[in-house]
Amino acid sequence: MKSKVWLGLLSLALIIALPFGTDLILGRSWVRLLDFALLYAMLALGLNIVVGYAGLLDLGYVAFYAVGAYLYAMLASPHLGMHWPLWALLPMGALVAASFGALLGAPTLGLRGDYLAIVTMGFGEIIRIFLRNLNVTNGPAGIDLIDPIQIGGFSFGANHSLLGWDLPGIYSYYFLFIILTALIILISHRLSDSRIGRAWSAIREDEIAAKSSGLNTRHLKLMAFAMGAAFGGVSGVLFAGFQGFISPESFTMGESIMILCMVVLGGMGHISGVIMGAILLAILPEAFRPLSQFQQATFGHVWLDPANLRMLMFAIALIVVMIIRPEGLWPSPVHRRELHANDSEAGSSQKAAL
Amino acid sequence: MIEATYSSSSALLIAKGIGKRFGGLSALDQVSLSIPSGSIYGLIGPNGAGKTTLFNVLTGIYRADEGTFELDGRSLTHCRSDQICTLGIARTFQNIRLFGNMTAIENVMVGRHVRTHSGILGAILRLPSQRTEEQAMITRAQELLNFVGIGQHANQVARQLPYGDQRRLEIARALATDPKLLALDEPAAGMNDTETATLGRLLQKIKESGVTILLIEHDVKLVMGLCDRVAVLEYGRLIAEGKPANVKNDPRVIAAYLGTEVS
Amino acid sequence: MDIFLQQVINGLVQGSLYALVALGYTMVYGIIELVNFAHGEVVMVGALVGLSVIERMAARGDTGWGVIAIGVLVAIPSCMALGLGIERIAYRPLRKAPRLAPLISAIGVSIALQQLAALIWGRNYLHYPDVLANPQFHIGGAVITQVQLVILGITGILMLGTWVIVQKTALGRAMRASAQNPSVAGLMGVNVDRIIASTFLMGSGLAAVAGVLVGTYYGVGNHTMGFMLGLKAFTAAVLGGIGSLWGAMLGGLLLGVIENLGAGYLSSLTNGAIGSNYSDVLAFLMLIGVLIFRPSGLMGERGSEKV
Ligand SMILES: Nc1ncnc2c1ncn2[C@@H]1O[C@H](COP(=O)(O)OP(=O)(O)OP(=O)(O)O)[C@@H](O)[C@H]1O
Ligand SMILES: [Mg+2]
Repeated sequence: MKSKVWLGLLSLALIIALPFGTDLILGRSWVRLLDFALLYAMLALGLNIVVGYAGLLDLGYVAFYAVGAYLYAMLASPHLGMHWPLWALLPMGALVAASFGALLGAPTLGLRGDYLAIVTMGFGEIIRIFLRNLNVTNGPAGIDLIDPIQIGGFSFGANHSLLGWDLPGIYSYYFLFIILTALIILISHRLSDSRIGRAWSAIREDEIAAKSSGLNTRHLKLMAFAMGAAFGGVSGVLFAGFQGFISPESFTMGESIMILCMVVLGGMGHISGVIMGAILLAILPEAFRPLSQFQQATFGHVWLDPANLRMLMFAIALIVVMIIRPEGLWPSPVHRRELHANDSEAGSSQKAAL
Repeated sequence: MIEATYSSSSALLIAKGIGKRFGGLSALDQVSLSIPSGSIYGLIGPNGAGKTTLFNVLTGIYRADEGTFELDGRSLTHCRSDQICTLGIARTFQNIRLFGNMTAIENVMVGRHVRTHSGILGAILRLPSQRTEEQAMITRAQELLNFVGIGQHANQVARQLPYGDQRRLEIARALATDPKLLALDEPAAGMNDTETATLGRLLQKIKESGVTILLIEHDVKLVMGLCDRVAVLEYGRLIAEGKPANVKNDPRVIAAYLGTEVS
Repeated sequence: MDIFLQQVINGLVQGSLYALVALGYTMVYGIIELVNFAHGEVVMVGALVGLSVIERMAARGDTGWGVIAIGVLVAIPSCMALGLGIERIAYRPLRKAPRLAPLISAIGVSIALQQLAALIWGRNYLHYPDVLANPQFHIGGAVITQVQLVILGITGILMLGTWVIVQKTALGRAMRASAQNPSVAGLMGVNVDRIIASTFLMGSGLAAVAGVLVGTYYGVGNHTMGFMLGLKAFTAAVLGGIGSLWGAMLGGLLLGVIENLGAGYLSSLTNGAIGSNYSDVLAFLMLIGVLIFRPSGLMGERGSEKV
């Protein structure tokens, strides 16, 4: 018991020290990267509810991120002249995104998972078409001069200083994001270990048996979908305030795939794995930067676009992971058992033979 | 056509003229049953007779092409699987369908879902009501595991249980929904004599606890010893119905089981 | 000019291209019940391979349909090899895995192909060289071009050919048997692996033709072109009833016509509030509508031949 307390305190200290250490060793831009990693972690945890817990494939998850981000951008910027506070916009972002999620999932709930995947993929594109063409979203140019996040009198965008250490906005955001990530972790954890979470697992394992055991699978899937979307909406709100500028190009299919990759690579259904996946993949672009610098220096031209190369790697990772290690790099104990089910015994045949 | 002749006042489940076709194949044809409350009702017939199909219709997995059925006077003909379960029919599957990677007790707790209420908010906030309910679920699930005789395996992953225990776990999961009618599809399949005998005693105990049982079983000895009434299906038709002793001597049943034509 | 007739003609042409792509979705779905997310990308590869060949020949001064034909002839084996490779590497190992695995792997293949294409052909829109005179014909106030006529003709022939193969040959019988019940088909001596591979082969071949035709018709190609095309062809397949050959054709034509009429009238009906930018949205709404009201599609369920 006592060692657990110590461990907790130690991790807390590490988490607090992390941005300072990063700043000292790697530089400011890495602190910013850290903030993005946390945003991605929240997103990935949201998608994890849908994919990892309930076993539903959502290929347009970034749409919910966009919904949250645009909501904040429109209601807290000079664009429409409105400056709503975070405490109103954060829950609103969650709610609006959740409604979109439910609306979108509803038509496919009675159908095979493939349809949900396609519909979400389509929706991800469609929402971008709307964002690009509508006036309220300011079309392809996007919205800028978005209000920095502010709680009470404290602006997260401004410079602060503490004990002589100069703390730009990226520090304040780091701590805000840490708190919200912790909250999302807590919620994810409590959900997975609850009546609803068990029902989601049951649906993922065997939908027919789940129905026959009295689970209203439509209702439950809708809940998972809305819940995941809500997390996406929250992350979007934070993203808009943090970045100060958004445009439709922040919300591409590629982003959805990257988030999916975080979940799959880290380990579907496993909170720690998913967070690790998110952080790993969020930092990866930085690791690729030297590659293009090297090409530029050597050939005077970037032959292999690092952005392409990175997406290519993600895509190949998805295939390879599915084939040789479907449980991800850091799986939850339950999923490890599940995804290798077919290698071993045939005790519970999942065949449709009723 | 044989009609089940039982006073409907004591009937728990009444099915009338159920028909189900798959393409050209008539898997069920004008099947009518009336299952007395508190009984063990046997459903037998050669392979491919339509027994499992009838289960699938009665539990909402297939939609009947014709006919109606009701439980305790309430029509279930157009209900979804989960509604049917909520209204009181629980089942097991011929090919065991457990939530293989969840533990035994989790499987039973999923069965408890339909009789409990806590939702997302309760789970997130860990409300006291949610915690007591969760505790009650665990207690009840453990009781049921003990009842079917696998209490010691509560925390074992379902898929790794021995075959006979998986069958019993499925029964426990079904019982967790507090059914009025428990429909068992070949629960003794693959069991040895000792296990089958234990299962027979278990079914007797379930019956005594007030749950009506509909039992598909190929083990004729088990059926005849256990059932209060028996119905026989062949090629989707009901060819005999009645007390086991009478059914056993029905020439059409004998013919069906010997595979000869009935003139 | 008769706008209505013109849009119908354009719609039928576009729709027949959808139909050609939809065939690939429907055949693969019919046999392994997997939405082959990468199918749109196979079309894209077909278009770009064709483009490279045609460009090479055009640079030498060759013109005419022969150039296009050679483009197609090179694209077909390329796409077939690709289709086979995809099936072998990304789907076959996962045939018995839980549902989610092949879906994720499929989306992985799709993205991987897009990115590979971007590395090979670059990220910009590439122009199909002008090698055709493309004369126009007038029918009742509307115009139909030679390219459009050829597309309609080729699509018709390929649809018919596919139908003949599926219905009348031993391979087709084996396909249908495997679609109905793979394990029984296996027991009856059908080599299910080979049949599945053949299905991918056929689908990819059709995709190659579709790709080059799309490129020729619209004049451009790009590594992302397979995405929307695939999504729409899938919509067409669902609209017609996934698993049904004629359904794919019907769904494709219907979608093409509706989309073109929509694009033509949407902005005038809404006073320009909703422009033709939204024609992609229309297809998506149709997909949702079909899924809600008739998930088995127009020709699904009854009377459908399952491939
Ligand atoms: N989903 C289905 N599609 C097509 N045919 C089916 C389907 N389900 C069952 N059948 C057919 O219906 C008939 C009855 O099958 P059913 O499984 O009900 O028989 P059963 O009496 O349970 O046999 P067994 O004792 O072997 O379990 C069989 O011919 C079977 O092939
Ligand atoms: Mg059976």
